[in-house]
Amino acid sequence: MDAAEKISVEDEAVDKKIFKDCSKIAFYRRQKQRLSKKSTYRALLDSVTEGKESTRFQIINEAAKVPLLAEVYGIEGNIFRLKINEETPLKPRYEVPDVLTSKPSTVRLISCSGDTGSLVLANGKGDLKCHITANPFKIDLVSEEEVVMSINSLGQLYFEQLQIPPKQRATKENEEDTSDDTTQENQEELGLWEEKFRNFVDVKDNGPASIGLDFSLHGFEHVYGIPQHAESHQLKNTSDGDAYRLYNLDVYGYKIHDKMGIYGSVPYLLAHKLGRTLGVFWLNASETLVEINTEPAVKYALTQMGPVAAKEKGRSQTDVHWMSESGIIDVFLLTGPTPSDVFKQYSYLTGTQAMPPLFSLGYHQCRWNYKDEHDVKAVDAGFDEHDIPYDVMWLDIEHTEGKRYFTWDKKRFPNPKRMQELLRSKKRKLVVISDPHIKIDPDYLVYAKAKEQGFFVRNHEGGDFEGVCWPGLSSYLDFTSPKVREWYSSLFAFSVYQGSTDILYIWNDMNEPSVFRGPELTMQKNAIHHGNWEHRELHNIYGFYQQMATAEGLIQRSKGKERPFVLTRSFFAGSQKYGAVWTGDNTAEWSYLKISIPMLLTLSVTGISFCGADVGGFIGNPEAELLVRWYQAGAYQPFFRGHATKNTKRREPWLFGEEHTRLIQEAIRERYALLPYWYSLFYSAHVASQPVMRPLWVEFPDELETFSVEDEYMLGSALLVHPVTEPKATVVDVFLPGSSEVWYDSKTFAHWEGACTVKIPVALDTIPVFQRGGSVVPIKTTIGRSTGCMTDSPYGLWVALSTKGSAVGEFYLDDGHSFQYLHQKQFLHRKFSFASGVLINSCADKRGHYPSKCVVEQILVLGLKKHPSSVTSHSPDGKAQPVAFTYCAKTSTLNLEKFSLNIGADWKVQIQ
Amino acid sequence: MLLVLLLLPMCWAVEVKRPRGVSLTNHHFYDESKPFTCLDGSASVPFDQVNDDYCDCKDGSDEPGTAACPNGSFHCTNTGYKPLYISSRWVNDGVCDCCDGTDEYNSGIVCENTCKEKGRKERETLQQMAEVTREGFRLKKILIEDWKRAREEKQKKLTELQAGKKSLEDQVELLRTLKEEAEKPEKEAKDQHRKLWEEQLAASKAQREQELATSAFQELDDDMDGAVSVAELQTHPELDTDGDGALSEGEAQTLLGGDTQTDAASFSDRIWAAIRDKYRSEVLPTDLPSPSAPALTEPKEEQPLGPSQPAEEEDEEEEETEEEEGGEEGEDEDSQETPPPAGPPQTVSPTEEDKMPPYDEQTQAFINAAQEARNKFEEAERSLKDVEESIRNLEQEISFDFGPNGEFAYLYSQCYELTTNEYVYRLCPFKLVSQKPKLGGSPTSLGTWGSWAGPDHDKFSAMKYEQGTGCWQGPNRSTTVRLLCGKETVVTSTTEPSRCEYLMELMTPAACPEPPPEPPASGNRDEL
Repeated sequence: MDAAEKISVEDEAVDKKIFKDCSKIAFYRRQKQRLSKKSTYRALLDSVTEGKESTRFQIINEAAKVPLLAEVYGIEGNIFRLKINEETPLKPRYEVPDVLTSKPSTVRLISCSGDTGSLVLANGKGDLKCHITANPFKIDLVSEEEVVMSINSLGQLYFEQLQIPPKQRATKENEEDTSDDTTQENQEELGLWEEKFRNFVDVKDNGPASIGLDFSLHGFEHVYGIPQHAESHQLKNTSDGDAYRLYNLDVYGYKIHDKMGIYGSVPYLLAHKLGRTLGVFWLNASETLVEINTEPAVKYALTQMGPVAAKEKGRSQTDVHWMSESGIIDVFLLTGPTPSDVFKQYSYLTGTQAMPPLFSLGYHQCRWNYKDEHDVKAVDAGFDEHDIPYDVMWLDIEHTEGKRYFTWDKKRFPNPKRMQELLRSKKRKLVVISDPHIKIDPDYLVYAKAKEQGFFVRNHEGGDFEGVCWPGLSSYLDFTSPKVREWYSSLFAFSVYQGSTDILYIWNDMNEPSVFRGPELTMQKNAIHHGNWEHRELHNIYGFYQQMATAEGLIQRSKGKERPFVLTRSFFAGSQKYGAVWTGDNTAEWSYLKISIPMLLTLSVTGISFCGADVGGFIGNPEAELLVRWYQAGAYQPFFRGHATKNTKRREPWLFGEEHTRLIQEAIRERYALLPYWYSLFYSAHVASQPVMRPLWVEFPDELETFSVEDEYMLGSALLVHPVTEPKATVVDVFLPGSSEVWYDSKTFAHWEGACTVKIPVALDTIPVFQRGGSVVPIKTTIGRSTGCMTDSPYGLWVALSTKGSAVGEFYLDDGHSFQYLHQKQFLHRKFSFASGVLINSCADKRGHYPSKCVVEQILVLGLKKHPSSVTSHSPDGKAQPVAFTYCAKTSTLNLEKFSLNIGADWKVQIQ
Repeated sequence: MLLVLLLLPMCWAVEVKRPRGVSLTNHHFYDESKPFTCLDGSASVPFDQVNDDYCDCKDGSDEPGTAACPNGSFHCTNTGYKPLYISSRWVNDGVCDCCDGTDEYNSGIVCENTCKEKGRKERETLQQMAEVTREGFRLKKILIEDWKRAREEKQKKLTELQAGKKSLEDQVELLRTLKEEAEKPEKEAKDQHRKLWEEQLAASKAQREQELATSAFQELDDDMDGAVSVAELQTHPELDTDGDGALSEGEAQTLLGGDTQTDAASFSDRIWAAIRDKYRSEVLPTDLPSPSAPALTEPKEEQPLGPSQPAEEEDEEEEETEEEEGGEEGEDEDSQETPPPAGPPQTVSPTEEDKMPPYDEQTQAFINAAQEARNKFEEAERSLKDVEESIRNLEQEISFDFGPNGEFAYLYSQCYELTTNEYVYRLCPFKLVSQKPKLGGSPTSLGTWGSWAGPDHDKFSAMKYEQGTGCWQGPNRSTTVRLLCGKETVVTSTTEPSRCEYLMELMTPAACPEPPPEPPASGNRDEL
């Protein structure tokens, strides 16, 4: 690779000129221009037909010569789906496949037409209705007589019907006047058949095909979602030309507080207000822009009118305007009403978080690059020498022979299996990188095979697409093809992937896809995929498919037995089914540590629970304090990996002096102590769709003060985490929500009543974590060097009592790596409940069986006001035994010691 | 428990009964007849709570053989190899940490006892190392002796040089005086010569101008009335002053100083100077030398890539002589170079007489004498500088910190290379480290000598080279050279553990410590 190229990707600050803003996006300009002319659609309600699954009718506007077909579906779980497409397009328009887990079960909607000019479709119970108004066309979503959402009430429905290209049209010129936009100048401006950006020309064989629609969310001021942006959790109002962009791009050192598109896209937005949460899932994989405008309910302070009238006028509202370059309008309305319901509705459509193998919740050590086997061995030994737990060693692109994935650099890694055996002996794992670009080299087997079978994305002219990436000139596997995915999956078989073993897992990077000399560092939109679809139709889902194929490959190599682990940089709605996501090339600055929290919260509420940010910051060199704070924050974020780019100083945890080494060690150990809780949370995400990392509003949906909080969050429902993200902090303001709640400092056991902000003094070793009264958190009392070394180590329980003196919590356990929990029900799901002085360990799911020899050896009860006189344990066989305990009156803490009851057995402990 | 029993026969007779994970030295703290007091004294517990898999002591000392305490240590005897303390959290975690396998007695995995094998290997390595150390140390002693001697010699030489330096200094001073004396008459003679020539030059220039004026006057005086009139002047439109391409009556009159005509004398006195630059002779249209640029640049552009015209070249040489600052005059004539690359074009004097005539015999003799004095002086000055340089080098070398006994001195002024796949690394101790691509290309500096860089107690175990070539978006390259005991002096490895921070290993006898006295026979130590 030449120097110029390197510079183009390694330049510290992102060069924003490389990337488009809205003004450079032709379909945005077209929609803006057309919409200003305002030509409204009306529904032809006499055309209504009721099919088996959907209700169909035509909609039309004066400009459109042909009507559009709208379909409304009722879907199980209080979901509506609206599709709008051309009735008979010139050729089929792209409808995103493979994202919905299965064909969603439809429920029959009962149509009860209201007055003329309207149609009402109700669900079975009749509490949810779609009220369709004919002219102008509008749909109101009505829940229990309250209009919660209106569609097209602003008349921004926009649909460019496919046309015959002007060249062909010229032959039958006389037919009719090509009504609009044919002047040369207009063509430039509107980019109908050709769009220029920098020195790139996008030739569009299909011409303009963009779509758009508006949604008014009544009474909502808080909207979230549509990752990925380096932005606040709560979505901001967009101004002209500054819409949230969803277009997967490789943005090295992306700017923060910016709405430009970065590595992945989930076109799914959530809205929340007191009493209701809604979701709008816009299933479209082409470039998409989202405009948001919130009118808060403050107007009545300014009006002269009486309070009643003022209130009417002052009702808050958020308008969300979606625009996509191509495809059809296919939108799911998730009606909630609670956050938890919305999460379930969304995962019903796109799938839940894959159950990660336990090791992947440990700490990951990565660097571009660990140079050779010797380096790997030394770093691995460094962790033991400093007694820091870790689970996974990572190898970046340099481990390969000239960036040919699935190969090893023979000089640096002459014996990869021996290296993996070393890691295996400590029950650790290895992750190596595998990117979608394949070096053009006829002697490279992967290339030769893919070339021979036509497995690459093709260019506009029909040859294999060629672009520059790490290996130099490369072609890109077309993962949108099932055949290509199947073949790619087969490359992970142990017999095919030389030097791989069953402790090797995979990392998919650069899969936006990143193309160094392409427009906006990605693929030309008119590249051609399987089924002759243009890249523009499916750009945002390319990375999704690679991770899908990789995960499938890892499952297949174990004959379906083992759970995969695949990290991906690019993603789409539903990527949670295949593994983990990280926030890409961040920078070693405090502001990036801070923004990691809202970025991960946003991913979490859009289904992607297994997410993280590079600890320490990928680019640049963090000072010791920042690194420590980042480890502390990362220890409480789902995917926990230290990573650094090539030209940074080495930063293994022990390179910053003894004191900092100890602090990092402490942070990582806290992570390992909490692994039982983490694992249980992931199980809940997996089976019950609840995010692992939760914004406060999710846990406290009735408390307005929580709706904008993004410097702290809930881990599950039990722990509130407020990472320190400021340099030289001596105190942090922690908001403890819930007027009926009580919160306990997880280290000092000090407690506070909820609904207040407390000033917590912090030293460099403080990670402000608070346990919510009423919860039980399972922990490991002994920390080993990796999760695998802790299988048999004992458990502890942190029981934090609510104001009513009770607590509940769950615990999940399985073998940590296989699918037996699923196929053979080999798992343990326990429930701990504390009430009236009795702690009961009972079965939470009788279907599961998993023998564990682990014991609970310590129980800590926080908030016990009264000094107990005696504590007795009652084992399953009915035997009662006194338990030794210590009680601290000052902190109201009871510590039960010398305890040895099996974690999987029914028992109770009585405190008197 | 069974496992332990099986292991017992392999143990040595000296094996004393002690709780699991306790070392022999600590064994007396664990007396089963008494309650156990934590080693930090923090608590006392009944002895049956030792190794009962529950942590009672803050320091973890009641659970040396289980993983119950987060901060305990487990002792492996490792008979046949070295005893080892491991974190007690690693007990029964499924990873074999002790070579005797005693840390995994209840985790379901069976650890092979590899102590014997490890011990054997270790002994071999130690033996080899001991052999190397002995030999290396022997060489080191020689090196020390060598340096002692060399140092003395150098000291002696230094004294000699310092003495020689004094007399050289005197000589330089003497020659300087002689030189200055010889330069005085030289300067006078040369100045005189130049002055004469310049006067001559001025005179001939004035005469030439006069001639030009006269001939111009004659040309202009069309009616030969001995006066140039306005009308006559107007026949030369090139004299136009307002840029309209024609010489109007008014303009002409202005040129004639307001008069309507002028006679030859006042023409050449007053008017000629004002019009000479524009004036085009009717006979030889371009003959007049022009002071303006175009004449010089235009032909250059038009010139085909043919042989250059020697005449022009001469002109330009000429011009340089005039341009040259008047500084050193002596050898100027010889040092003239071919065409000057830049500089504003000057009025070029085409005539031969512009060249300064050769010096007369007398002047030349002065010059020769002065030159000789100068040469002698410079030569003496050079040798003084050489001597000073040698003195400096010697002083530096003698005072250099070459280790406690100067054992590293022999590395001074040596260089050692290591060739890897891509690069040739070069270490010139106490000077620099560099890296050169194997397939050609210029070397990159990985640092120049900084200081000894070993830890305080072992300062001479490492060297630091700093301020090498800067890294792109990074620090300046630097290298740490670790010195290892070896029989030969050789660079054994170069790595880049952190970006642009290199680590080199140099084997040298000078790094060999004094070996312990020869061990009596063999097999004296239990643990190995």
